[in-house]
Amino acid sequence: MEKINEIKMTLDSKSVNEGFARSTVAAFVSQLDPTLEEISDIKMAVSEAVTNCIVHAYPQSVGKIYICVTIFQDAKVKISIRDKGCGIIDVRQAMEPLFTTLGGERAGLGFAVMESFTDRIIVHSKPEKGTTVTMYKTINGRAGQ
Amino acid sequence: MKIIATQQRVTAFLDGEIDHHTAAAIRLEIDEEIQRNKPKTLKLDFADVTFMDSSGVGLVMGRFRIIQPMGGKLIVSNLSPQIYKIMQLAGLEKIAKISKREDVSYGKNQ
Repeated sequence: MEKINEIKMTLDSKSVNEGFARSTVAAFVSQLDPTLEEISDIKMAVSEAVTNCIVHAYPQSVGKIYICVTIFQDAKVKISIRDKGCGIIDVRQAMEPLFTTLGGERAGLGFAVMESFTDRIIVHSKPEKGTTVTMYKTINGRAGQ
Repeated sequence: MKIIATQQRVTAFLDGEIDHHTAAAIRLEIDEEIQRNKPKTLKLDFADVTFMDSSGVGLVMGRFRIIQPMGGKLIVSNLSPQIYKIMQLAGLEKIAKISKREDVSYGKNQ
């Protein structure tokens, strides 16, 4: 796949950056003239992945979140969100809807939302090393409606 | 956020973006009114919510856990199609009466 455009950013894992992260990714993707629904899907997926970094990867400290967004030919978008946090011991279990290690105010839906609002998601994780979530979505755009 | 509270009903008119960051303050404000009024019904109105992720689902589920032991009912209204989809993903219609926005075309409130 031929790369058309790419951004990379590094953020502190502070909850105030959740809005910044999803809005920035959405703004970058907007060059593909997406529909409002597609923009909303991307914002939601990014918000979930970044929140996971803040809440789960770095629970007691502030670490770095690395976001890379690549646009390929035919309006294929790849969003990669990486942390160097605590990692996930059982990725399959973590991805089950309603599974949460935190309870209370967390719905346990993060990965389920990322799966439903993008075309494909790949999760790589190593305990004590960190997690990389890679999501793919093709933007059909307003012209394709 | 505006809250109208009586002992019959507490209605919270949520607005703006609901994520893990903003949910904390919203939660505190609603819970204060629930404890003060012990209402029969808690209504969460999403008409002016422009964005929500699964933190909003957690917010709804958390309020249900508070109001249910008091014998209260939960109503969640004016959901955008996107927000409705995520609420359904969580099976929220099993614990609350949920309804979509009426006469608002998708995207108008985005």
